[in-house]
This record gives sequence, C-alpha cells and structure tokens, in this order.
Amino acid sequence: MSASPVSGPVTREVTPHIARWVVIGLALIWAVPFWWMLVAAFRPAGSGADASLLPSLTPTLANFAEAWASADFPLYFLNSAVICAGILAVQLVTASLAGYVFARLEFRGRGILFALFLLQLMLVPVVLLVPNLKTIAALGLYDTLPGVMAPYCATAFGTFLMRQSFREVPRELEDAAMIDGAGWWARIRLIYLPLTKPALVAFSIVSVTSHWNEFLWPLMVINSPDRRPLTLGLASFTLSAEGMQAWGLIAAGTFLVSLPLLAAFLIFQRRFVNSFLASGIK
Amino acid sequence: MPLALLSPSLVFLVLFTYWPVVEVLWDATHEVSRRGTRFVGLANFSALFADPTFQRALLNNALYAVGTVVPSLVLALAFALALNGAGRVRALMRAVFFLPVMIPLVAAAALFLFLFLPGIGLIDHHLARLGFAGANWLGDPDLALAAITVLTVWKNAGYYMLFILAGLQAIPDEAKEAALLDGAGPWQRLRYVTLPALRPTFAFVGVIALLNAVTQVDHVFVLTKGGPSDATKLLLFYIYEQAAERYDAGRAAAATVVTLGLLAALTALSLTRSQGPEAAR
Repeated sequence: MSASPVSGPVTREVTPHIARWVVIGLALIWAVPFWWMLVAAFRPAGSGADASLLPSLTPTLANFAEAWASADFPLYFLNSAVICAGILAVQLVTASLAGYVFARLEFRGRGILFALFLLQLMLVPVVLLVPNLKTIAALGLYDTLPGVMAPYCATAFGTFLMRQSFREVPRELEDAAMIDGAGWWARIRLIYLPLTKPALVAFSIVSVTSHWNEFLWPLMVINSPDRRPLTLGLASFTLSAEGMQAWGLIAAGTFLVSLPLLAAFLIFQRRFVNSFLASGIK
Repeated sequence: MPLALLSPSLVFLVLFTYWPVVEVLWDATHEVSRRGTRFVGLANFSALFADPTFQRALLNNALYAVGTVVPSLVLALAFALALNGAGRVRALMRAVFFLPVMIPLVAAAALFLFLFLPGIGLIDHHLARLGFAGANWLGDPDLALAAITVLTVWKNAGYYMLFILAGLQAIPDEAKEAALLDGAGPWQRLRYVTLPALRPTFAFVGVIALLNAVTQVDHVFVLTKGGPSDATKLLLFYIYEQAAERYDAGRAAAATVVTLGLLAALTALSLTRSQGPEAAR
C-alpha cells in the first residue's frame, strides 16, 4: 500500500487473492453446462462418451441435422418470431402513447391512473393464468398466436421507461412544433420518438428476450403442435429424446433454441447489459 | 384527450390485469357445479389449506425461495466485487456468468436433465471418477428440490450481478478515497463503505429474486413435474395442476389469491425497505 491513493486502488473493489481464485473457479463451473452442450452437440451418436467434457476428434453436424428434421424447429422459430414481433409492435405504440400522457399532460387522477398502471409490474400474466385463459377463450383466441400475445400488449415497464425518457426531452421543442401546427401524433412521432431511441432500443431488447424465453403462458394457450413457439417445441422434443437417451440430440436442440439470443448477446453485449439495467430502474 | 391516448393500454390492462383479479376473487368464493353457481365464502380457502399437497407446495416454495435468493445474492455480490472494472478477463467472466440469463429456462432444464442423470450423467460420472458415490438427484424426494434450486441459482445469479455492478459504480469515489486515507483495509472498506452503500440495490434485487422464486416454474415441467412425491411442487405449478389437470376452478382461484397476497406483501416490503435507508439519513 503505497503510491497515490487517488488513482489506482480506489477504482478497484476489494479483491483479495483467494476471493479472486474462488470466482475464477466458479466461472469455470458456470461454463460447464454450456461447454457440455457444445461438446455433446457435435459428438457422433453412439460413441458412449456422453458425459465426457473432451471434444470429439471427429465432430459432426449429424445431431443438428437430426434435431432439425425430427422436430419442426423452422416452424417453432417462425412462431416465436411472430409472437415477439407482434407483442413488441403493439407495445411500442401503447407504451409511447401512455408514456407521453404521464410525462407531459396534466389532468385530474393522473397519479392514481399511473399507480394503477404500475400495478401490472406485480400482477404478471403467469400468476393470473386461470382467469386470463378464460378471457382468451371468451375472445375466441384460445390456441392462437394472438392469444399468446394479448396479455402483454399493455406494458407498465415500457410506459414507465418511456415516461422517464420523454421527460428528458426539452419542452421548448414540443412548444415550437405546436406553434407550427403539429398535432399530438406528429409531435410524438417527429420529436419524442427520435430523441428517445436508446430507451426504445432498451425496451425492445428486454421485451423480445423475455417473450422469446417464455414457456408457461404459451403452454396454457397453445394446443396445436404447429402453433408452438420454440420453448414449447424444445420441451416436447427434449421429453421424447430423453426416452431414447439421445443426449447429443437434446444438446443440439437446446443449442438451436438458445443460439439466436446468445449470438445477439455476444455481439451487442453492452447494449444488452444496459437494457437489462434499465429494466431495473423501477 | 389524455384518456384517449391511454385507452389502448387501458383496454389491455382491464382485460388482462384488473378484470382477472376481480374474477379470481369471485371464483375463489364461489362453487361452480352443474346445478349452478353459489357463494361459498371461504370454503375454498379452508379446503385449500387442508390439502396436504398445497401445504407441501407452500413449504416447498418457501424453502425454494430461501434456497435460491440467499445463495444467488451472495454469489452475485462475490462476482460483482471480483469482476468490477476494466480488463478482458473480467469482461469474459462477466459474460460467462450472464450467459445463463439469456437462454430459456426450459433450455437450461434440458441441459441439467443430463447433468443430474443418475449413474451416467455429467455429475455422477465425474463424481465416480473422483471416487464419490452419485445419487438420483431428481428422483430422490430428499434431493430433488435442492437440485432444482441449484439450477435456478446457476440461471439467475448473473442477472443479479448486473444490478450489483451498477450499484458499485454508483458509489462516489470520495467515499472510497476517504476510507483509503483513513487507512481502511480491503475488508474494512467492504464492511463500512461498500456494503452499506449497496443496501438499496440489495433490497431491489432481493425482491426480484423473491418474485422469480414464485413466478418461474418452467424447469419443473421438464425436470420433475412436481415430483417425486410432491417434492418439487411449487405454488404456480400447483395452480397449473388444479386448473389444467383437475379442472378445479375454485381451488385454483383460491391458490391464486394466496399467491397474489404473498406477492403483494413482498412488493410492499420492498417499497418500505428500499426507501428505508434514505429516509433514515
């Protein structure tokens, strides 16, 4: 402990050497399931080395080909993509409009309404599984992709995030546009949305990630195999491959399902991390 | 005008948030049979609490909540403290801890299916090579809940690490400098500067982790289906079973009301807790 106390040591947290080695060891443990997935997915079937963590010397794509052929993964991909895109498209509209109202308009009952909106943060659709399913059935949306999307079309988190970002936009910009005769929709579209792109991106990342990974609600709504999203497809694929003890196949299927978001995360790490942090500003 | 712009959101909120709460309260206090619907007061609740499976689900979920929240927060803190700051190795390790967050919980469950496989699975195979006996991790009622807990900690700790990293970066440099100038060692700085400053972060992350312990059950579907002998039956899985397999709407609704009550209590607790430290200053 010498040198200037201001620069070096302060920026670091406490990292005694033992603690650092423990964390390195944990990182290795954390990587094992992923490592096994990679190794097993590329290992030829029937080699009898399922539990080995050493990569095969003769890697093969056969497991991927078989997984791709034995379950309708292309269709599951499409269903998941439609669900995520549909939810996001509606959410961006509902959240921008509501965010604008709570950021800029004064009216009686605003506080109560805002609190009512925020209630949704806790009342997540999976907890209200049963009544929501009845509503979906009553609307004639049972076993349809819109039925999976509907409960998420309004978003308390998105509204809150957009409200916070819209508040940062200087009011003078909106006033100037108003003098020029721009209506509310033109003002939101031409002033607020372009200036709050980072928030829109952050919200989109969190929304797509959570709906891409969702399982229980689609499980309740979807009955037809050809309307399954990826998570449902993977679960039924896993359970049938488990019976065959086809672990390479399960690893390949899991890899296929996880790949899009893993790849997006590895490429845009910083953006993902910032978006997830934004999801914590409640 | 404001209501017109709010109406797109309000339509969906009424349909899928407010109305379901009213409906679930109605269902929980009524009995639906072929003869019609009648008010039964708290009968559904007394039947619910008398159901040994529900009691087991409540206990399981409590154990699971403690078993997931405490280790994942401790680990998240350790990861964040060790990996705060620049450097390629740290960035790589942060990514390693965060990757499980990016895959679906059912995908994580599919991987752990083989990890936990008795005898020839990844864990047992390597335990055997080290000379230890394996176990039927998911098939043994005494171990299954712990196995599910391990998977959850693996899946979520990296997510909580993120918030703690952000909390660490929000600590003003002056506080750390002052502690250094006073000659505080690493442990003292952790104890008297870092941890107190992280208290609001912990309150927030703790509530997310508790909410997750109630709302995430996807892995149960793939790994155990609530078994063996109800050992991994969690609240939400119980509700699913009552509704989707036993068609007992009253029982499912009563269990939902209890779950909502627990979630409300947790959220209220978080609000008072997270405002506590500021208010005290």
